[in-house]
Amino acid sequence: MPESTLMGEHRQEQLHPELLHHFADPEQQRNSASLGMWVFLGTEIMFFGGMFCAYLIYRHWYFGDFGAASKSIDATLGATNTAVLICSSLTVVLAVWAAQTARRALLISMLVVTMLFGLAFLGIKGKEYYDKFEEHHVPGASFSFNNVPIPSHPGEYANPRHAQIFFSLYFMMTGIHALHMIIGLGIFSCLLYMACKGHFTPEYHTPVEIGGLYWHFVDIIWIYLFPLLYLIDRHP
Amino acid sequence: MAESAASGHSKSSPLKLYFGVWATLLVLTFVTYRVAYLELGPFNSVVALVIASIKATLVALFFMHVWHASEKLTKLVIVAALFFLLLLLGLTMADYATRTWS
Repeated sequence: MPESTLMGEHRQEQLHPELLHHFADPEQQRNSASLGMWVFLGTEIMFFGGMFCAYLIYRHWYFGDFGAASKSIDATLGATNTAVLICSSLTVVLAVWAAQTARRALLISMLVVTMLFGLAFLGIKGKEYYDKFEEHHVPGASFSFNNVPIPSHPGEYANPRHAQIFFSLYFMMTGIHALHMIIGLGIFSCLLYMACKGHFTPEYHTPVEIGGLYWHFVDIIWIYLFPLLYLIDRHP
Repeated sequence: MAESAASGHSKSSPLKLYFGVWATLLVLTFVTYRVAYLELGPFNSVVALVIASIKATLVALFFMHVWHASEKLTKLVIVAALFFLLLLLGLTMADYATRTWS
């Protein structure tokens, strides 16, 4: 009965204008979108995984030097940034909830607050980078890391060449993470624009969910970067 | 209508859960920050990584809605990604950690 199928499809289209013809219903369409996003996040896990692997190898080889280098970073700034990102994750999940329950004003304000948290994170990160430039801890010609004692090894000093590897990894990993934050801010600007235009309904809010998944993932990466880069060998 | 709750449960407001997870994450951040200054020997990194993993799991399960995901394929993708990550880290470290044995 091709005719009745056609009519059925036509009715579906009228009920859900956002439903693409190759999906059975809006739920399947949403699930497919989030599945695709998770596959992308899987590639991101492997992308960051390579850097975490490099970190593990060098931490294993140059254990004390890494401890000394890590100690020179301001852990309080790192902890503050962790708290900022966790708060931004809460506002993201509230934004998704607002989109699901058709609270447009809440959705818009939560998107704005999330972006403010993101900017605060980048500002604190900038302060941290500024300090490292001042102290000549940026790998390169002017790098200097002399006479820095190795934690819990009295009388021993960190090898500047090994410490430079720590700082290379530090700038690479936090830099790529910050780049993800900047991309996230771009995504959320688009979401904000779409939310203001009234594009999102309880039936269709896939971009908010997908953008939220991305933001949470970047948060998870930071949750691992924080202890690995800031908190090793802090104890006296 | 089923689509009114993408997370799969519409019976009650999930706000309490979200705020609870948020508070737990903040407490764990504070704990890991303070524990780092205690002398625990090799257990400093163990504690730090265990706390980080608990935090990451909380974010994935409740903020990224994996707990309520109706699509089993999503969970399969996550498990597969973690498996290959562990393969990368595990086999590499199995090499580097045993090089000086012979």
